[in-house]
Amino acid sequence: MSNVFIAFQTNEASRGIVDAIVEDNPTASINEQPAMVRVDVPGSMTIKRETVEEKLGRSFDLQELHVHLITLSGHIDESDDEFTLSWN
Amino acid sequence: MTTTAAPKKLGLKERYALMTRGLDWQTTYQPMEKVFPYATYEGIKVHDWNAWEDPFRLTMDAYWKYQAEKEQKLYAIMDAFAQNNGHLGLTDARYINSLKLFLTGVSPLEYMAHRGFAHVGRSLPGVGARVACQMQSLDELRHVQTQIHSMSNYNKLYDGFHAWRHMHDRVWYLSVPKSFFDDAITAGPFEFMIAIGFSFEYVLTNLLFVPFISGAAYNGDMGAMAFGFSAQSDESRHMTLGLEAIKFMLEQDPDNLPIVQHWIDKWFWRGYRVLTLVAMMLDFMLPKKVMSWKEAWEIYAEENGGALFNDLARYGVRPPLGWQQACDDKVHLSSQAWSTFYQYQAAAPFHTWVPSPEDMDWMAQKYPGTFDQYYRPRFEHWAEREAAGDRYNNGTLPMLCQVCQIPMLFTEPGDPTRICYRDSVYDGERYHFCSDGCKNIFDHEPEKYVQAWLPVHQIYQGNCFRPEADPTAADFNPLLEVITWYQMNVGVDNAPYEGSEDQRHFRAWRQMTTSNA
Amino acid sequence: MSVAAVTEYRGTPKDTQDQFHGAQLTYIGWIDHLMFCAPFAFPLPPDMPFGAIVEAVLPGAVGTHPDFASIDWSSVEWTKNGEPFTPDLSASLADNGMRHKDSLTFRTPGLTGVKGSST
Repeated sequence: MSNVFIAFQTNEASRGIVDAIVEDNPTASINEQPAMVRVDVPGSMTIKRETVEEKLGRSFDLQELHVHLITLSGHIDESDDEFTLSWN
Repeated sequence: MTTTAAPKKLGLKERYALMTRGLDWQTTYQPMEKVFPYATYEGIKVHDWNAWEDPFRLTMDAYWKYQAEKEQKLYAIMDAFAQNNGHLGLTDARYINSLKLFLTGVSPLEYMAHRGFAHVGRSLPGVGARVACQMQSLDELRHVQTQIHSMSNYNKLYDGFHAWRHMHDRVWYLSVPKSFFDDAITAGPFEFMIAIGFSFEYVLTNLLFVPFISGAAYNGDMGAMAFGFSAQSDESRHMTLGLEAIKFMLEQDPDNLPIVQHWIDKWFWRGYRVLTLVAMMLDFMLPKKVMSWKEAWEIYAEENGGALFNDLARYGVRPPLGWQQACDDKVHLSSQAWSTFYQYQAAAPFHTWVPSPEDMDWMAQKYPGTFDQYYRPRFEHWAEREAAGDRYNNGTLPMLCQVCQIPMLFTEPGDPTRICYRDSVYDGERYHFCSDGCKNIFDHEPEKYVQAWLPVHQIYQGNCFRPEADPTAADFNPLLEVITWYQMNVGVDNAPYEGSEDQRHFRAWRQMTTSNA
Repeated sequence: MSVAAVTEYRGTPKDTQDQFHGAQLTYIGWIDHLMFCAPFAFPLPPDMPFGAIVEAVLPGAVGTHPDFASIDWSSVEWTKNGEPFTPDLSASLADNGMRHKDSLTFRTPGLTGVKGSST
């Protein structure tokens, strides 16, 4: 199965986002590189608003991901509550 | 019991639909085909533009909000970096040469992408696609502006940054990225979407921005890190647009497949050739290296690109022609490219150097079986000549590929000791190519590529001199005149790193930061 | 194939011989000597004797290579546009059948670059 991945700039918001991804996607693997962090998951990955809010301790609009994103791969499905990457 | 509840807040999908549908209309004063004159001539058949789905569902109001936030963060970092003389925290001034290459070679392409997406957005009859192209067009304008702003701080202190726009249209190796984008922007709107939106953004742009910008951070350049990652945050949306564009074309009509497949073959190869510059940036130009070109290629091309083409196989799409050759050449590309710039130092506005013994060991470790065998003897020979005060400079102009315009430096697949030669005769004239990929591109559209402005041929035709130059004068030096026409500061911008003004300044300024002398 | 276009599309070649002020382009590559990253491009007079390539043109381009002084020109193997080719050194380029933008390679048997690395 191909990996989907997402990479963020290393900052306080993305620390919470990555923690949330790892909690909701148990097969996730983290790869830290200078100034960035990359998360790979086989097949598909879901980022849940509720989990991110819990990690950050504040409300979070999933479209705020755009501010911290570096790159990603896979087909995107986005709603108010979940952001999913997947390969068919 | 009351029946009046607060109106339900619209969900993301509903908001997106309201903001991107029904914004267009059927024209009455003019027929639709006159309003959208470029929508059909490429042969792509579209039956239902409403099937276009932008998965990010970003509406214009949210777009402005998040882009403004990105800009504020970016400029705060850039200002802080400049205010605090951040350049003195760089690992080494050699690093700055990768920025010179970036500013002259890549930033002008961002501007062309701005123009290209504006044009395509105007040309596509579907409103969802138009909104996405409009956002990307604005993004690209933002990218070129932030890059110029970031690098203008270096222009105050270091050589080779002053005439990037002038050089982009003239300097020999800059004809490579320039002709790449000129080729794309003179194609039709659907081909442009495959060329830039899909092939470049989705398959190749990670190789340009992710390891290199991570490398900028690793080498202490907060300014480049800020513009690079800020730009890359938009690329995720661009990649998604490119993927949506190809899926849309393939789902609309089975007749679109062969047209799209040819464009994938062509534009993968065109883009891959441009990335030659990135390979040598990673392996030779970053003083502290984040990953080798080979490793970057394996992650971002073989792994991610492989996943992408596995996914697209359900439409009948196969990986691009040339994919395997690109994978095989990953162990040679950067050394062949850096050898070229080293020997043509006199014609490039950035500094080059022989890799240090430690850097050669790093290369040998990253490229077992090829670096020591094929490239170490070359660099060691040059190091010996430098030590003897006889640095090798190639004073004769090279043969160029008619399509990618790169000197014919690439070797035969499977034999790194033989230059790869291909040629075609068209309309009585012989044309030469560096590879099967470039020959195929030419043979498919010879009328387009016979017009190539090949720098070497233009120099020999006498078209690269200043108006006041007198080629009949006894002391006329044509190559010196060309460099002057390029607006390089001769002997400064185009000098070897060892002994350069950049090297001296950086050393002296660093000294001043740690002592009161 | 032709270029997809909204009207008839014709390109004007930028590199025809008439634009080189009487010269014709000749490309030359030295096999097994990739210290020279790519073959060279030379604008040469068609009536120049082929021998001048050996005596006047190549020394300026590749003369500083450590192998250069050891070349035995009588044993050099030439190709033209990929085909074996035996030039007449005393005849002109034109009389040797050389046309604008022809591509030559030469191999120097026994000489394979710095430390035999094809450099």
